[in-house]
Amino acid sequence: MTAVNLTHEPIEGEHFHVTSATTGDVWEIVVGLEVHCELATATKLFCSCPNHFGSEPNTNVCPVCLGLPGSLPVLNHQVVELAMRLGRALRCSVEPSVFARKNYFYPDMPKDYQVSQFDRPINVDGWLDLPDGTRVGVERAHIEEDTGKNTHAGGSGRIHGAQYSLVDYNRAGVPLVEIVGRPHIRHPDQAKAYVDELRAILLATGASDAKMEEGSLRVDANVSVRRVGDTALGTRCEVKNLNSLRSLGRAIEYEARRQVDLLETGERVKQETRHWDEGAGRTRPGRSKEEAEDYRYFQEPDLVPLVPGPEWIAAVDAAMPELPAARRARLAETAGVTPAEAAIAVSRDLDGLAAAAIGAGGDPGRVLTHVEHDLAVDGAGNLDPIHLAALVGLELDGKLTATQAKAVLAEMVATGEHPEAIAQASGFEAMDTSTLEGVLDEIVTGCPDEWVGYCEGDDKRRAKLQGFFVGKVMKATKGRADGKVVTALLEQRRVAAV
Amino acid sequence: MSERLTRDGVAHVARLARLSLTEAELDTYTEQLGAVLDFAADVAALDLADVAPTSHPIELANVLRPDVVGPCLDRAEVLAEAPSVEDDRFRVPAILGEER
Amino acid sequence: MTSVPATAVAIAAAVRAGEVSAREVLDAHLAVIDERETDVHAFNLVLADEARAATTEVDRRVAAGEDPGPLAGVPVALKDNLCTRGIPTTCSSRILDGWRPPYDATVVSRVVAAGGIVVGKTNLDEFAMGSSTENSAFGPTRNPRDLDRVPGGSSGGSAAAVAAGFAPLSLGSDTGGSIRQPAALCGVVGVKPTYGLVSRYGLMAFASSLDQIGPFSTTVADSALLLEAIGGHDPRDSTSIAEPLAALTSVLDRGVAGLRVGLVSELMGEGIAPDVLARVHAAAAALAAAGAEIGEVSVPAASYGLSAYYLIAPAEASSNLARYDGVRFGLRVDAPTTAEMNEATRTAGFGDEVKRRIMLGTYALSAGYYDAYYGQALKVRTLIVRDFAAAYERFDLLLAPTSPTTAFRFGAKTADPLSMYLNDVCTIPSNLAGHPAMSVPFGPGADGLPVGVQLLAPALGEATMFRAAAVVEAAAPALTEVAR
Repeated sequence: MTAVNLTHEPIEGEHFHVTSATTGDVWEIVVGLEVHCELATATKLFCSCPNHFGSEPNTNVCPVCLGLPGSLPVLNHQVVELAMRLGRALRCSVEPSVFARKNYFYPDMPKDYQVSQFDRPINVDGWLDLPDGTRVGVERAHIEEDTGKNTHAGGSGRIHGAQYSLVDYNRAGVPLVEIVGRPHIRHPDQAKAYVDELRAILLATGASDAKMEEGSLRVDANVSVRRVGDTALGTRCEVKNLNSLRSLGRAIEYEARRQVDLLETGERVKQETRHWDEGAGRTRPGRSKEEAEDYRYFQEPDLVPLVPGPEWIAAVDAAMPELPAARRARLAETAGVTPAEAAIAVSRDLDGLAAAAIGAGGDPGRVLTHVEHDLAVDGAGNLDPIHLAALVGLELDGKLTATQAKAVLAEMVATGEHPEAIAQASGFEAMDTSTLEGVLDEIVTGCPDEWVGYCEGDDKRRAKLQGFFVGKVMKATKGRADGKVVTALLEQRRVAAV
Repeated sequence: MSERLTRDGVAHVARLARLSLTEAELDTYTEQLGAVLDFAADVAALDLADVAPTSHPIELANVLRPDVVGPCLDRAEVLAEAPSVEDDRFRVPAILGEER
Repeated sequence: MTSVPATAVAIAAAVRAGEVSAREVLDAHLAVIDERETDVHAFNLVLADEARAATTEVDRRVAAGEDPGPLAGVPVALKDNLCTRGIPTTCSSRILDGWRPPYDATVVSRVVAAGGIVVGKTNLDEFAMGSSTENSAFGPTRNPRDLDRVPGGSSGGSAAAVAAGFAPLSLGSDTGGSIRQPAALCGVVGVKPTYGLVSRYGLMAFASSLDQIGPFSTTVADSALLLEAIGGHDPRDSTSIAEPLAALTSVLDRGVAGLRVGLVSELMGEGIAPDVLARVHAAAAALAAAGAEIGEVSVPAASYGLSAYYLIAPAEASSNLARYDGVRFGLRVDAPTTAEMNEATRTAGFGDEVKRRIMLGTYALSAGYYDAYYGQALKVRTLIVRDFAAAYERFDLLLAPTSPTTAFRFGAKTADPLSMYLNDVCTIPSNLAGHPAMSVPFGPGADGLPVGVQLLAPALGEATMFRAAAVVEAAAPALTEVAR
């Protein structure tokens, strides 16, 4: 590949641009995501084997999910329920659907065809709103079956160079929904936000536990680039093996640069599947096949059409929990912040607590800070919002430092006590300035070289030594000093000294 | 009406179906499959643009089962039928193809 | 020793009444098997020990005053594409040689639950693909009426087992005529029920939207008895009909007075042997004599049935048979990579006819050809359903030949696949429509070999169909045994 010095502009608005250093052309990224998620059912899609991760190999199997001759599939009611919940949460319309067979040979696929919804999926034409306000279209969210799991043995342990593979069919037939997003994403961070949001919806609806690390949520990215202003889509590559949000962002960025690089040097982007190599930080082409895939889709004759009636759809709608976007909007209004600023509280499922604490008179900014950073999600449910509001009040009144407030909060969660009682019992009280001055006197005297360095050094050195002195004070006061006050006192002294 | 099935077409189909054919078999199958497809030309030639397909003889819909765990097979019984087993898994030769 | 009755109905009654033991019944049939099986080769496997153990249980129950069920002590032979737990199930294919399924097909469980005694697994055309049982990897079955002739297929072993007296009942599967055609050629009764009436769970699929399991027997009443035992809803089969099974055995004597029976004109002309046509007309006359109204009816799309069938069935088969890949069960031929192993296994494991159909079906579904072939065939299926519906507005039942000829000689049609496929022309339309149909012996053809006449009914019309079958049976001339 010809080396072209590419730079990208800093993140600006919704778009992420790649600017060629040689031509000056500005390119935009176009991304559409395909997300597979395992549904949180008790049993598999077409048989009554447990849908359970982590069992002993080949123990959750029966004639159906092993694809033994003569076995027949029967659709799991709960799969339909969860798929519809997800579909409706994504504002899709629920349509009469049929299952099809996608025919190709692969040893982790017991029947050597995958049962999936092809031309008539259950959920079509919805959307998903990102916290930043971007609306990403959802083409479809259809039901299909998962494959088993291959372990590659001998050689490198990877597929290439492995001498043989071992197959475990516990995962074969686990229900999946594939959510096919439209190519409306223009920035790696948006891609991450999309997956984050989807995960929040999956959790909120109970459709999936959505764990990327366990593979119950898998993301493939269709990436293409085009010159800013072009309306036609460029040739896309499908990037697979994205095991984390970090990989997703990095892979999209890498892939976009690679494609711009190709196009800038007069080459073409080849439509292909590429695999992300996290270690190398690059995508690599999949093994090219001798001939194009021909999946010979046809309607699965062992299953009958799925036509959820209006009553069922209405019941799903009626039971729909409040979705993350609505919760963000609600908290944003209560707290007087933007929905994006309310996102963390919602994603931590602490928006109810935050809103109640604000309602009880707590300062929105401080409440949100605690909810976003200081509270562990576990156990926060026991916290009395009135107590949280009181804690924030003590902070604002200068009766507790930020550090003390954190300690008190932890005790509040543990004991359920009122913050004032905890502060008193812990001997927390506002440390007055004269006491602090005394502590500072001792420390400055004890560290003359550092003090000179602080007073006379360049900005970098001063910043470093400021941290040094604040740390000393905190240690001497066992964290009871307010860091901001200490910094101010240090600065006063320095100005006086020079 | 589509063009006649060629020898290459038969070879392609055999690859898709994971069957290997000798040169002689290729000739025989090209002729035999061609004859069947010629016979089916009457169907292929019909004008059925307005006719809906029937995938299934009996119209049923929404056949569902409750999400209740049932018994699984005994692993030993299953693996006893497998051509090759290692570590309680089905052993297969090297897989060349895409990582998924 | 008490003499063993000839029919399943009589055997079950005698066993339930304690007049004869299940063991005696079995031994009598095993003796016939001993005598003639070497010649006929109806079975891939005779389960003498397992069957004896099963009779012990039935006899114990009778002795204890319990009712073993409607098939009490009746020997039943199973087509070897029905899964039997722990017992080799081969589909007459090398690719499954020695495979022992870890589960029973629903019909097998039901036969056993009804007190039936499984005596063996019968031979078939490999994966039920064929009309002569010559495509078996384990050698052909011979027609018990004339050992130089085929028994028909694909359920040739099941038909021959009943015709030879190895068992009063057997089960087969019918995808395009695989029960009815061998029944006709062997001179026994064979029934393809309405699609969805009998669970397919545990039937190794050939073409899922066409396959249906059904009985063979020497009498119409025996088939009704077996169908009642195996039919009815099964939650393991999504295509199983939920409605309760209509009574059959209790309606057999109701006659056909006032029933309108139509001769299907498309199946009563070209390509059908004159002696066969003569038998069908004779059967029509017998029905008329019993009070039925006979007419002629056209089912125009039936003439496209064969073409549509030989696109649809191979297409489904090409997918259904993909799982025979050497990974989880059955044959494996080793090779350095999994893809090569799949190919080597399938190439060595499948016979010619199976390969032919897999390739035909793969082609019919492949990119660029789907619309012209598979898609078009599904539309023809719509036409056939429509034409049958129109015919059934005017008639309660239809009448046609089962097979264009009587049993043919070995090798007569093996060189030209298409000539073999033409055997199914009369039986295929019912499979495409999902309707019930049955073959009833109606005397000999010109060569003295059995001819079967076929009764066709609309979906779930079994009760009416069986009533007419009983009338045809009663009027059937005796089949003169020809020299073997």
